[in-house]
Amino acid sequence: MTRRTKIAAALAFLGILHGLAIFAGFLAPYPYAEQHREFPYAPPTRIHFRHLRPFVYGWAEGREDTTRSYPIQFLVHGRLFGVREPGVVFLLGSDAYGRDLFSRLLYGGRVSLLTGLLAAFLSLGLGLALGTVAGFHGGWLDQILMRGGELVMALPWLYLLLAVRAFLPLHITTVQAFFLLIIIIGGVGWVRPARLIRGVVLSARERGFVLAARGFGASDAYLIRRHILPLTLGVVLTQATVLIPQYILAEVALSFLGLGVSEPVPSWGNMLAEAQQYHALVAHPWMLAPGLAIIPVLLGYLLLADTLLESRSQ
Amino acid sequence: MRYIGRRLLHGLLLLVGVSLLSFLFADLAPGDYFSELRTNPRVSAETIAALRAQSGLDRPLPVRYAAWVASVLRGDFGYSLAYNSPVGPLLWGRVRATLLLTGTATLLAWLIALPLGIWNATARGTWGDGVSKVVLSFLLAIPDLLLAIVFLMLAVETGYFPAGGMVSAGWASLSGPERLRDVVWHLALPVAVLVLGMLPTLVRHVRASMAEAIDSPFALSARAQGIPRQRLLFRHLLPAAANPLISLFGFSLGTLLSASLLIEVVMGWPGLGPLFLEAIMARDFALALAVVMLSASFLVAGNLLADILLYRMDPRIRMK
Repeated sequence: MTRRTKIAAALAFLGILHGLAIFAGFLAPYPYAEQHREFPYAPPTRIHFRHLRPFVYGWAEGREDTTRSYPIQFLVHGRLFGVREPGVVFLLGSDAYGRDLFSRLLYGGRVSLLTGLLAAFLSLGLGLALGTVAGFHGGWLDQILMRGGELVMALPWLYLLLAVRAFLPLHITTVQAFFLLIIIIGGVGWVRPARLIRGVVLSARERGFVLAARGFGASDAYLIRRHILPLTLGVVLTQATVLIPQYILAEVALSFLGLGVSEPVPSWGNMLAEAQQYHALVAHPWMLAPGLAIIPVLLGYLLLADTLLESRSQ
Repeated sequence: MRYIGRRLLHGLLLLVGVSLLSFLFADLAPGDYFSELRTNPRVSAETIAALRAQSGLDRPLPVRYAAWVASVLRGDFGYSLAYNSPVGPLLWGRVRATLLLTGTATLLAWLIALPLGIWNATARGTWGDGVSKVVLSFLLAIPDLLLAIVFLMLAVETGYFPAGGMVSAGWASLSGPERLRDVVWHLALPVAVLVLGMLPTLVRHVRASMAEAIDSPFALSARAQGIPRQRLLFRHLLPAAANPLISLFGFSLGTLLSASLLIEVVMGWPGLGPLFLEAIMARDFALALAVVMLSASFLVAGNLLADILLYRMDPRIRMK
C-alpha cells in the first residue's frame, strides 16, 4: 500500500466511525433516554430470519418468547429500523434501566468524538496563535509565553484537567458541561503544539524567501499569512492526529469519574462508569461496549498519525 | 556543577510558579470547602463565616500563601479541612502505595521494553517485528480504563486474583512473608494494566532510536571492520541510541506519582489518585494542592535527573 492509499483508508475508516455517531438520530432505533423498565439488562436481541425477512421474538422472563414475533421494520418514524411495540430490539443489549445500549453508544459517540475534535481544534488554534506570535515576535513576549507553557507542562496532565474541572461549578446543565469540557481539555493542551509551531516559525523566519519578501517591504501580517503559516501545516496536521484521540480519552476519563457529561445524556465515559460493577459485569458483559468502541477510533487515528509522521520524516 | 545548580534553581522556580498559579486559580474559582454547607438550611451564614475565619480562608491571598509556604517548610503541607488534620501525615502512606505500584510497573515495563525494542530494531522487516508491531499498536489503542475494568471482571470471575485493594482483610494478623505474598498478589493486576499501558510507547521509542543508530554510517563501518554483533549492538549502538531514551526514562520517573491515577481509582488501590479525587470533589484545597505539588515536583525532578544524566553521558552537551 502506498502512503496515499493508507492515509485515504484511515480517513475513510474514521469518517465512517464519526458518521455513525453524527447520524445517531437516524441510525439508533431508540432515543438515548428512552427507558424500557420491564427489560433491565436484556442481552443483545437475536435477529431471526423467515423468508429473508428479519424479525425478533418477544423477550420475557430472561429468554425469548417464541410465541410472539415482531418483524423488523425499516425506515419508520424517521429512524433506520425498529420494531413495533411491545417488541424491542436491543442490538447490544440494554442497561439497568432497560435503555438500548446500541442507541446510547451512537449518541454517546457523538459527545465523546465531538469533544475530541472540538477540543483539539481549540488547542491547535491557541497553539497556532501563541506559537506563531512567540516565534515571530521573539523577545519578552516569547519569554512570557514559553515560561508560562513550562508552568503548565510541569503539572501532570490528568491532574491538571481534574483540578481545573473540579474547581469550576459542578452542578451545571449537560450542554454547559459539554462546552466546559471542551474548553478545559482544549485550553489546557495548547502548550505542546505551541512549542512545536514556535520552532517551525523560528526556522521559517530566517528562510531565504521570507527574508527576501521582507526586503521587498512585506508587512508582518502578510509574511505570517502567506509564508509562515503554510509551513506549519504539517506540524498542525500531525499534532491533530495525536491530540484528538488523547482528548477523546480525556473526555472518557473525566465523564467516567463523574466530572464530565452526566446522565441521562450518554458519553462513552459515563456509560463505562455504569459498567464498573464488576460483580454484575460478568452477567452482562455487553455493558463494556463503550470501552470497546473506543478501540477502532484510536486505531484509526494511530494509523493516520503513524503514516503522517513517516511521510514527514522522509 | 554550575549547570546542575542552574537547572535545580530553574526547577525550584517552576514549582514556586506552579504553587502561586494554583493559589491564584483557587482564589478566582467560585466556592470553597464550606460552600457545600450553605445548602444546608440548619447551618446559618454566620456559622459559615465563623468557620471560614477560624480556618483562615478569609485572609488575603498573600497572607494565606505565606502561611502555606511556612507550613510546607514544616512538612505539614497545609491543613486538610475534610480530614481535620495536617496534610503531611495523610500523604506519606498514600505516596508509598503509589510508588510501590508505579515503581514496580515502570521497572517491569522498561525491563521488557529495552530488549524487545532492541530486538525489533535488529529484526526489522521480519515477521517477528511485524507481529510485535501489530500487537503493540493494538495495545496502544486499548484504553487503560477498559483494561482495568476487564481485568477486574476476570479476577472476580475466576477468583485467582483479588478484586481491588492493596491488602486482604485481616492483613495485620499475617506473618511477615505472608504479608509480602498478600501484597504481591494484590499488586499483580494493577501492575499488569500499567505495564501493558506503558509498554507500547516505550518499545516504539527504543525501536526507533536503535533503528536510527543501526542505520548510521558509523555502524556500517564498524560492522565492516568485523566487530562482533553482540559487542557492536551493546557497546557501540546502544550508547549512541541512548539520549532520547534517557529523556524518556526521566519522564517515566517523573510520572511515577501521576501515571496511575485512573487505575488506582478503578482498582481501589489506596494511592494518591483516589485521595486527590476525594480532595477536589470536597474542595479540600490544601490536600489537593499538596498532591498536585508533590506530583509536579516529581515531574520536574524526573526531567532534571534526565538532564543531569545526559550531561554526564554525552560530552557534546557538556561542550555547549
